[in-house]
Amino acid sequence: MLKPVNILMVGVGGQGTILASKVLAAAAQAVGYDIKVSEIHGMAQRGGSVVTQVRLGEKVYSPLISEGEADVILAFEELEALRWLSYLKPGGKLIINNQQISPVPVLAGAAEYPQNIIAQIQARGINVQVLQALDMAIACGNAKSANVVLLGALAKNSPIEEKIWKDALAATIPPNLLEVNNAAFTAGFTAGTAGR
Amino acid sequence: MKELLSGNVAIARGAFESGVVLAAGYPGTPSTEILETLAGYEGIYSEWAPNEKVALEVGIGAAMAGARAIVTMKHVGVNVAADPLLTVAYTGVNGGLLLISADDPGMHSSQNEQDNRNYAKFAKVAMLEPSDSQEAKDMVGLGLAISEQFDIPVILRTTTRVAHSQSMVELGEPVAREIKPYNKDVKKNLMVPAFGKLRRTSLAERLKKLTEYSENTPVNYIVPGSDKVGVITSGISYQLVREVLPDAAVLKLGMTNPLPVELIKKFAAQVETLFVVEELEPFLEDQIRMLGIKVTGKELFPETGEYDQGLLRRCFVKAGVLPASPHTEDPAAGLPQAPPRPPVLCAGCPHRGVFYTLRQLKLTVTGDIGCYTLGGLPPLEGIDSCVCMGASIGMAHGIDKAVPSLKGRTVAVIGDSTFLHSGITGLLNAVYNNSDSTIIILDNRTTAMTGHQDNPATGRNLMGQEAPEVDLTMLCRSLGLKRVEVVDPLDMSRLQELIKAEVAMPGPSVIIARRPCALLKREVKPAVTVDEEKCIGCKTCLKLSCPAIAVINKKALVTAEACVGCNLCVQVCKTGAMQRGQADA
Repeated sequence: MLKPVNILMVGVGGQGTILASKVLAAAAQAVGYDIKVSEIHGMAQRGGSVVTQVRLGEKVYSPLISEGEADVILAFEELEALRWLSYLKPGGKLIINNQQISPVPVLAGAAEYPQNIIAQIQARGINVQVLQALDMAIACGNAKSANVVLLGALAKNSPIEEKIWKDALAATIPPNLLEVNNAAFTAGFTAGTAGR
Repeated sequence: MKELLSGNVAIARGAFESGVVLAAGYPGTPSTEILETLAGYEGIYSEWAPNEKVALEVGIGAAMAGARAIVTMKHVGVNVAADPLLTVAYTGVNGGLLLISADDPGMHSSQNEQDNRNYAKFAKVAMLEPSDSQEAKDMVGLGLAISEQFDIPVILRTTTRVAHSQSMVELGEPVAREIKPYNKDVKKNLMVPAFGKLRRTSLAERLKKLTEYSENTPVNYIVPGSDKVGVITSGISYQLVREVLPDAAVLKLGMTNPLPVELIKKFAAQVETLFVVEELEPFLEDQIRMLGIKVTGKELFPETGEYDQGLLRRCFVKAGVLPASPHTEDPAAGLPQAPPRPPVLCAGCPHRGVFYTLRQLKLTVTGDIGCYTLGGLPPLEGIDSCVCMGASIGMAHGIDKAVPSLKGRTVAVIGDSTFLHSGITGLLNAVYNNSDSTIIILDNRTTAMTGHQDNPATGRNLMGQEAPEVDLTMLCRSLGLKRVEVVDPLDMSRLQELIKAEVAMPGPSVIIARRPCALLKREVKPAVTVDEEKCIGCKTCLKLSCPAIAVINKKALVTAEACVGCNLCVQVCKTGAMQRGQADA
């Protein structure tokens, strides 16, 4: 039996990780995968660190991803990539948005935001793809679609074909926002070809 | 047709499919989405009650009168509802009654991680534990059927990872909603001692029959596997065990009270080594040991927190069941530690100024349950304590009465929904026993933490209809309070004056700090600007713990996209550097 593919989406409350996981789930469902998605609601949403765990395959039991098990980490923010990096499996891929959002302990001067996170991770020999997702989303017409730019890059690394992703977008996103999100997805998908 | 549903949405679907007539509950993570989803189904009456005790009583009434009812709450909510729960087991039901308890191992959004399976044993009621969304849906119908067949309430116990994980669910057709005839029967429903004794005997008989049922129910079953290692498990742990030990024999328990004693003995006899895998308390383990069966349980698996497959794998390696996996280097080895990113009060949150002021005045502050509990974290540090829903008022009064040095220096803070949940009786007590404490009701016109549910003070109900809006001022006055003041918490000078004055006065007072939640009524005013000439980098503004403010290179910086123009920072800035934003001409 094929082992499940594990995708960890990490970011900051309000960045749209949950919407991205919905589109991913819809695409995986259309292909006929068994799928489990796990997320935490409630207190974490108030600007805290958020994580959505997505597992797809022939048969999925646990809805959770343990340390060292993620095939892909889709990081919406640099510090969150660092926080969840130990979940990446050997040979796994990190897709990272080069955005920095300072947590309150950093704003308050009680902690430092680590410097050069991306370069430090790359220096570890990890397969990293960096995206300027926020700039790309702004170029597409809406800063809030940065999540869909990242999803596009993830899609490029998936065995699911582009059309199914686009259908999943259309089924998940309100019609008035679909055009800008389609553009954002394509931007991410195209950038995704760059690989390493 | 199959759909990807969370456990909570699946439970709502299950209620829709199995003829539920009435649903009641109080919001609480991870249970809230059940009723929110159910409110969208035509023909089912659903409501937010002011607290879980009332919700269960509403459900008991509906069930006694012949309708199928479900009642939803988070684990600690069952503490509030425990009084009716422990006696409704005696009376039993007429229409089916299902209590959904959503537990939170690992305390993602809770003040404790109590294991509510103990309530099923304590209250002597049946209990089902789903391990994914399909089972969650199916067990609603099953639970209601058991409830009616055995004349007993049933607990459907989920955990965060069942409630909030999504998995595939086969949808079914709804059955007709029927109401059974109601016949007055005081020997069954009027629990005076004479009748209570009869029902106590009956309860023992009902439990005996339920045990026989548990032996044969299809939700308790053996997954065949190796005769070397056997695992008894339930709930989400079942999924983890199947993932980690695909070849082991597994006894999967969907019904965990009463336990299928003979089935457990039979399974134990089939395997060489027996493990019990369950999060939190040794609930199954203790009962299995009492059957004289040798098992490995909590000496190997932790009694606290949440499990995942990595943790179970390490435990089974330690037990010699799994070979040690080859060492892999942590990809984050040698990298700097990520500073924490705790949740914070939103930009523009009406509670922020209250906590800043309480801290400035160096008062002792008992807190309560809600978003505002975040006001106790640094740098705001405006609360000393948080125990349970409603505790703030009783605790403030206790401090006031017992410790002379804190007399007249103690304040309770409580949200509007929490006040209506279980603060009213505490306030009544403070008045009745002449407290000197000051109670601040943080009235943000919603139940914010759990995602903006309506409550008796919002003027709307769960089904989206207009509802009478309780007048908090009149309510407090009717309890006997002489001094009740309303203040806009964004007006910091008046807020500070008022708190100072009320704290100094003898007798109890209430201050209602009223402004809608910043997320509810998105009133975005021009962002604050910083006059860098005037900013001396004193960091006073940072004490507000606002996610829109940073100090970089000794100058305050306001992120315009995050700032909603509440202007609290303008009011606390000592040099006039923070300035109200001007609307674009």
